[in-house]
Amino acid sequence: MRAADTLRFATRAATGNPLRTVLMVLAMAIGVAAVVVLTALGDGARRYVVGEFGALGSNLVIVLPGRSETGGINPGSLVTSTPRDLTVEDAEALLRSPRVTRIAPLLVGNSEISAGGRLREVVVVGTSSDMTAVRRLDLAAGRFLPREDLRRATNVAVIGATIQRELFGAEPAVGRLVRLGDRRFRVIGVMAASGQGLGMNTDEQVIIPVASALAMFDTNTLFRILVEARDRSALEAAKADITDIIRNRHAGEEDITLLTQDAVLETFDRILGTLTMAVAGIAAISLAVAGILVMNVMLVSVTQRTAEIGLLKALGAEPRTIRNAFLTEASLLSLAGGLAGVALGQGGAALLRLAWPVLPSWPPDWAVAAGLGTALATGILFGVQPARRAARLDPVQALAKR
Amino acid sequence: MALIELGGIERIFTLGDSQVHALQSVALRVEAGEYLSVMGPSGSGKSTLLNLLGLLDRPNAGRYHLEGRDVTTLDADEQAAVRRERIGFVFQSFHLVARLSAAENVALPLMLAGVPAAERHARVSAALRDFGLEDRAGHRPDQLSGGQRQRVAIARATIMRPALLLADEPTGNLDRATGQEVTRLLEELNAGGVTLIVVTHDPAMGARARRCIRMEDGRIVDDLRQTPADTFANP
Repeated sequence: MRAADTLRFATRAATGNPLRTVLMVLAMAIGVAAVVVLTALGDGARRYVVGEFGALGSNLVIVLPGRSETGGINPGSLVTSTPRDLTVEDAEALLRSPRVTRIAPLLVGNSEISAGGRLREVVVVGTSSDMTAVRRLDLAAGRFLPREDLRRATNVAVIGATIQRELFGAEPAVGRLVRLGDRRFRVIGVMAASGQGLGMNTDEQVIIPVASALAMFDTNTLFRILVEARDRSALEAAKADITDIIRNRHAGEEDITLLTQDAVLETFDRILGTLTMAVAGIAAISLAVAGILVMNVMLVSVTQRTAEIGLLKALGAEPRTIRNAFLTEASLLSLAGGLAGVALGQGGAALLRLAWPVLPSWPPDWAVAAGLGTALATGILFGVQPARRAARLDPVQALAKR
Repeated sequence: MALIELGGIERIFTLGDSQVHALQSVALRVEAGEYLSVMGPSGSGKSTLLNLLGLLDRPNAGRYHLEGRDVTTLDADEQAAVRRERIGFVFQSFHLVARLSAAENVALPLMLAGVPAAERHARVSAALRDFGLEDRAGHRPDQLSGGQRQRVAIARATIMRPALLLADEPTGNLDRATGQEVTRLLEELNAGGVTLIVVTHDPAMGARARRCIRMEDGRIVDDLRQTPADTFANP
């Protein structure tokens, strides 16, 4: 029998029993649609997180004092001398690299803030005017720290949204005086509420000039230096420059650690990617169930069409011809189910995007391909047994069957 | 050379613990172009003999030469090819595929033989015309009368121009008039050169064959050459 005839014969056989065919296609379609929709959701979550991190500034390099060993404590890390202070001068020196556009020194400590008889514990952050640009932060009122010499300890503060609410309530805070530790600061700005962001929460912080913070905590060393590279492609070169500059300033000792958003991003990307795969795997179980259904339906079909198989044998059909016809039918049904499932899944993903526009729920191509492939593979795999049974039927007994 | 040569054919079925001798030392020689009727009570082995002649069944012992060729030693694919090319079957219950039209049913053997669609179409149209079914080509079996169904089945059985036509109770499901019509059709085909072997319960039909074989308990008990009687003339 010609291939085209086998295909036509199988198609006629499949459409000859519409209810059976529709049910089987539906079962397969739901399996594939589950894979497509769930991976769309998983990948949407991944893209959302990656996007949020990207918004924090993907060309950011964070400089930490001290050489951190990723392998944990080992004899080498004990031998290394205590790191030198990471100073404001070090931070300023980094601007000498042409690949560095902005820097923001960072010093973090705890203190008490009081105003109008109210008192609370706060996180005090000492930094410079470029912080807003480096971290993409917005102000709700007033202005941020003035651009001035990093060594100048001006007594001005920018407070977070929660602090503003708890100390001043509905009253404007800009222009008021607050006491931080044993110094008095004038509030010059209020940060915009950052909400449920993934970055550092500025709502409960008080931001003051770095020199004021160094004096308040009586220290010389910075907690971090945030460095913004010119662009993403300059990130590696900027890291090399930072290492060189600091090594020169620290008597040839490489006693800093550089972190980039990329490393964090990559980890999240990998974790959520794995999660998506796991979800796809769970969804694929429903495909296996659909495959077993294909086998069941095809076995019933062989039983129902026993007389027809006997006739085909009497007319001179070889066992191979009959096997191919049934296998083709199973494949066609699986393919139809797979395609319907992809359409259903894409529709479901579109609905998800409509319902939650923040989540870019596009099914990844690999999931669509895997869903279709698994549908076809299980259909054929589970179609083999019924097809072989049909091919092996004894023609005399098959013909006797009504 | 005879068309069919059977010798020492044994066919034993095992039913539970007991063994049934469906055919016992059957010997038969049929020349090309003969018209045979096989008669006998139920369970006498008529159908088993027909299945064996049609290569749907294999004997436990004995030899079967079809057109001088030993066909019992052929493998499944070779036997299928012989059925396809040399043998036509007509069944009591027609065995038409319900979802296919009359034309598609007639085309089945051509399709299985891998004949291209264009040639198939021409041959099926010619066959349907020969059997007076040209206006029924697109009808499905459930839209045809019993006589029309059997004519479709005969058209299908002869579309490959076989040497041997095997009919198992071809008029069993038909009324008298339609049965006679189908019988005449089969006899016309025999007159055209096809060897016709008919299994029947109907003595009127059995008497029309030039040679009548009677079976009992798996043995051929009678092999009668007779002058065919036109049993349809005076009912």
